[in-house]
Amino acid sequence: MDIAFSSIKELREGLDSKKFSSVELTKEFLARVKKLDPKLKSFITVTEDQALADAKAADEAIAKGEQQILIGIPYVAKDLFCTKGIKTTAASKILENFKPVYDATVVAKMKQQKAVLLGKTNMDQFAHGSSTETSCFGPSHNPHALDRIPGGSSGGSTVAVAAGLAPFALATETGGSIRQPASLCGVSGWKPTYGRVSRYGVIAMTSSTDSIGSVARSVEDLVLTAEVMAGFDPHDSTTSKVPVKKWGENLPKKLDGLKIGVPKEYFVEGMEKDVEARVKEAIEEVRKLGAKIQSVSLPLTAYGSMVYAIVAPSEISSNLSRYDGIRFGHVTRDAKDLYEIYSKSRGEGFGDEAKRRIMTGTYALSAGYRDAYYLKAQKVRRLLVEEFEKVFSEVDLLLCPSSPNVAVKIGGAADNPLFGYIADQLNIPGALAGLPALSVPCGFGKPADGESVDLPVGLQIIGPQWGEEKVFQAGYAYQQVTEWHKIKPKGF
Amino acid sequence: MSIGSDEIEHIAKLARIELSGAELEKFRADLNKVLGYIEVLKTVDTDGVEPLAQVTGLQNVFRKDEAVESPLTKEIIDNAPEKVGRFIKVKKVF
Repeated sequence: MDIAFSSIKELREGLDSKKFSSVELTKEFLARVKKLDPKLKSFITVTEDQALADAKAADEAIAKGEQQILIGIPYVAKDLFCTKGIKTTAASKILENFKPVYDATVVAKMKQQKAVLLGKTNMDQFAHGSSTETSCFGPSHNPHALDRIPGGSSGGSTVAVAAGLAPFALATETGGSIRQPASLCGVSGWKPTYGRVSRYGVIAMTSSTDSIGSVARSVEDLVLTAEVMAGFDPHDSTTSKVPVKKWGENLPKKLDGLKIGVPKEYFVEGMEKDVEARVKEAIEEVRKLGAKIQSVSLPLTAYGSMVYAIVAPSEISSNLSRYDGIRFGHVTRDAKDLYEIYSKSRGEGFGDEAKRRIMTGTYALSAGYRDAYYLKAQKVRRLLVEEFEKVFSEVDLLLCPSSPNVAVKIGGAADNPLFGYIADQLNIPGALAGLPALSVPCGFGKPADGESVDLPVGLQIIGPQWGEEKVFQAGYAYQQVTEWHKIKPKGF
Repeated sequence: MSIGSDEIEHIAKLARIELSGAELEKFRADLNKVLGYIEVLKTVDTDGVEPLAQVTGLQNVFRKDEAVESPLTKEIIDNAPEKVGRFIKVKKVF
């Protein structure tokens, strides 16, 4: 059995039948991290000692008969999740040495499960980016081609899962930050309905779309994590009391009668032809499973990234005002008054992309411009949401690509202020509407730059608000008749 | 519409971020690129449309107004870069 690339389900069976212990599993993954991560750079912090202690405790609990779905299973968390006493940097200099005093709700849930945290993963700084290149620790590398980006912002999380350094990862999305890197790294990623999973203790970016999800080797594994993560939390008043179903109990092999829309606007100009071909093949597979496929139209799609280009920086400029050099994080050594404590600590501590977004948001919210930008964007956002609602009165799910392209070379995205808005144009509209979605591997394609390398392509499955059930069902059924999610990157 | 040098300095001041001359120039150019990108948004007809701030449909989420002891006071103060005893140290406000 290849532990590194086993599913959570297989690891669960191995632990329960005493084929191996959690300590053995944890050592195996930590050894791989030591050996392979120097070339991948998917980790910011490895929590080796704590992980081994937690694994030992999990083994003792298993021996006493404790049964929990994730007990003893190793995992990683994006470095945006507060972990008590463990450095949480948001891949930024301003939080380089920040140790939170409490756990994020989702991390606390993992602790209750006695899952084993292996470490904190790399990301775009403050989750601002779609390539992991804005990390102040340098970019992560795509295991399918080390000179290419893994996507982002949850790039470290998707690399760790893709390269067999962890069975699953906690990650976050604001406008594509799970789906796009999952697509580029060839793993499965879940972006929940907004309000489905608590954001408490996760460093805020764009509060009206920030969503907490996961990355794993299969939809079946994602469902196992989702059942643990989802639900109301008194610490996050945007979490809903909409009941969390036992999604795993109702995963079908066929999709008879399911009505699926293929939005024509999601096959955009400039999309790579291999991406288009793979996604269309995947839609054919779904048709063979019994689903009824029809073309639908979402004419406002192209405006999604523009709305986001205003809403996200506006909320970011507000959320990031808490980094003031006073309560926690980096402080300047060179201030003569209070104003300079703020301005120099922030000038020294924030990277380019955070500064750019704070500046954009401050402008969009400043006197005289708020109506023209922020309110206009919020009005178009309502129209986008209504457009989705209308389409979901006709179909159960939407199928489309997760990204218009496969992974580009590292350096290709770094200094283009519009890169993310273009890379995530197929993810942002759904994020603005708070919709649940998956990205699942659906084959390989050659990049537009002409290099002869095979890179993963992702199929996106989008559902209506609170519609996780059918999203998971479609993803699961697709993975029962395809093998793409089982293909390891060469050399790992 | 394009942003000039005076305006970019004003925004940096509002945002409380000290930027070098080169940074100011770079972000001025970037901001103008972003504004150019979103220009076409103005063509969407939004007459009579209410702005949408959030999608949960939840309103006025209340909890009981009960005082709870925080066990973390010391740890929170310890996280401040400048402190004296159990106080966070700041430069004078006025």
